[in-house]
Amino acid sequence: MKIEGKRAIWSEYQKEIADDRYFYVRSCIRQNFFPGSEVAFLRIMREELGKDVYEHPCHTTCSGIGYHGDVVPVETAMTVVARQFALMTEAGYKNYVPSCITSFGLYTEILETWHHFPEVEGKVRKQLKKATGREFEIPENLAHASDVIYKFRKEIGAKAKYKLVNKNTGEPLKVVDHIGCHYSKMFPLKGVGGAEYPYVLAGMIEEWGGQVIDYPERRHCCGFGFRQYLVQANRGFSIACSKQKFESMQPYKPDMIITNCPGCPMFLDRWQYVINEMEGKTYGCNGEGIPVFTYEEVAGLVLGYDPWDLGLQMHQIDCEPLLEKIGYEYDPEKKYEINGTVTKINSHSLLNI
Amino acid sequence: MLMQDIRFEEGLNACMNCGVCTAICPAAEFYNYDPRQIVDIVQSGDNDEIEKLLKSEVIWYCGECMSCKTRCPRGNAPGLVIMALRGLSQDLGFFVESEKGRQQLAIKRTVGESILSTGYCVYIDMLTPPLHPEQGPNWEWVYENRKELVNRLGGNYKGSGPGILRKIPQESLDELKKIFEVTGALKRYEKIESSSMKKAEELNLQLDETNDNEYFRHIYKTNNGSHTKQ
Repeated sequence: MKIEGKRAIWSEYQKEIADDRYFYVRSCIRQNFFPGSEVAFLRIMREELGKDVYEHPCHTTCSGIGYHGDVVPVETAMTVVARQFALMTEAGYKNYVPSCITSFGLYTEILETWHHFPEVEGKVRKQLKKATGREFEIPENLAHASDVIYKFRKEIGAKAKYKLVNKNTGEPLKVVDHIGCHYSKMFPLKGVGGAEYPYVLAGMIEEWGGQVIDYPERRHCCGFGFRQYLVQANRGFSIACSKQKFESMQPYKPDMIITNCPGCPMFLDRWQYVINEMEGKTYGCNGEGIPVFTYEEVAGLVLGYDPWDLGLQMHQIDCEPLLEKIGYEYDPEKKYEINGTVTKINSHSLLNI
Repeated sequence: MLMQDIRFEEGLNACMNCGVCTAICPAAEFYNYDPRQIVDIVQSGDNDEIEKLLKSEVIWYCGECMSCKTRCPRGNAPGLVIMALRGLSQDLGFFVESEKGRQQLAIKRTVGESILSTGYCVYIDMLTPPLHPEQGPNWEWVYENRKELVNRLGGNYKGSGPGILRKIPQESLDELKKIFEVTGALKRYEKIESSSMKKAEELNLQLDETNDNEYFRHIYKTNNGSHTKQ
C-alpha cells in the first residue's frame, strides 16, 4: 500500500502521553478473557521499562458496559468515574491509564462533556461527595494502556528477542490491526492517528518488523454492539459484523490480527470458531483460523515471554502456527499445564476443535 | 424530558438529513434501521411521533459504536441521541412495548446486577458454557479451571488486595450502591423490574427474581425474525 500521504495525515493526529507515574485501572473484559495481557503490561512497564505504575485495590468497573447497555444512566456513569479519579487523586497520581477501550471512550466522553458543560461537572462533584465523601482532580493526562506501549515501542523493539518476520522467507508478517470503535471514533484527536488513519497499533507493528495490512473494512466494528451480544437473541448482528471484516481481510492473506480493545479480540477469535462450525469456513492460510492477539500479547512475544505465561492457551484459535512462522522457542506440551499438571489433552488441532 | 438529557444537547445540532450516518452505520447494514430517520423525527419535535419511537423496535438496533459521530459533517452523534431515547423509554416504562426493548430486563439482571454485587460489569463465574456456546470448547476448559488458570497467569481470583479478578472490598461496593442510589440508577433498575413484571402478567409468562423463568428465557432468546434485512 502507498502510505506516504497517510503518514503525513497521521502526523497531525498525535497526542500527549505521559512518560511515568501512571495510575492504572483494569478492564472487566480483559481480566476475564485475557488476564495474562494485564500481567504482561505491568511486567513490561515495571521490569523492562522501570516505570512507576500504581493499582488501587479499591477501584471498580467504570460501569461502561452497563452505560452502553443503557441500564446505567449517564450521571451514574459520570459519578462512578469521578470516584475512580478520586482514588487517583488520593494516591497522589495525575496520569490515568485505563486498560479498556470502552472505559477510555467513556472517560474521554465525560471529560469533553464536563469541558463544555461545567455545571454538569459541578453536579457530579456534589453527587460524589454526597455518596462517598470523596473529592477529585481531573487527570492531567489520559492515555489508554496501548498508547503507553506505543510511546515506548522503540524501547521494546530495542530489547526484542523476536521480530514479526517469517523466519523461512525473511518477509515481514502481514498484520491486520483493529483499534476498536471507542478508541477514537467519537473524539479522533484523542487517539494516535485519529479514527481514519489509526496508527496506535500500526506503529507497534512497523517498529517490531511486521507489515500493516490496509483493507476495506479495517474500521468496521467487531460486532460487540453491547446489547447486540449481551442478549442471545441479538448475536446474529455481532457475528455478521465480524464476518464482514474476515471476508474483507482474507484476500490480503493476513498472518495475524492485533487488537486494541479487550472485547474485540474475544469476538474476532470466537466468531471464527462459530463461522467454522456453521459454514465450515476458515479465513487463514491452509484451512487455519487467523490467530488473534492483544497488543500486550504481541509485545510479550516480541520480548520473548513464554506464550503460556501470556495466556495464549485461552484463545480458541491456536497461536502455534504464528509461533512457528516466527521461529519461536516454546514448549508445546506445557500449553494446558497448571501447577505442574496437564489439565487438557493438547489436540494440536488448528482450530482447537 | 428528552431536552434535559445532556447527550441530546451534545449530540444533535441542526441535522441537515444528509444520511452519512446511515451510510456508515453497521446496524443499518444488518437491521431495518435508519438513524437519519430517527434524528429527523426527534428534530421535528412531534411528541406523538417521538412517543411511537420510544415504544418501537428501531431505537434498540444501534450498537453504540459511534461511527456516525466520526463522519457527520455537523459533528452530531445520532448514537448519543439513541442513548437518550433509550433512557427515556425505560424511565417512562415504554420499553416493554417492543421485543428488543423488553431485553433490557436481561441486561439489568446480568450486567446491571453484576456491577453492584461484584464491582465488575462481568465476572468469569457468570460466563457459563451453557449460556455461552459461542465461546467454544476451549472456554469449557478455561471455565472449569478458572481459579487455578487465572492465578497461574498471575491473577488474584477472589483474593484480597490489588490484582486481576480480585474481590472488590465491601466498602467499595457500598460506595457504588450509594452512587447508584444518589444518581438515579436504582430508580431506573426498579422501573425496569416493575414494568417487566406488568408485561409478564399481560403476556401470561411466569417471572420471578431468578434468571431461570419463562419471561427471562423468552426475552433472552426470542427473535421474531422481522428485524433484519432480507
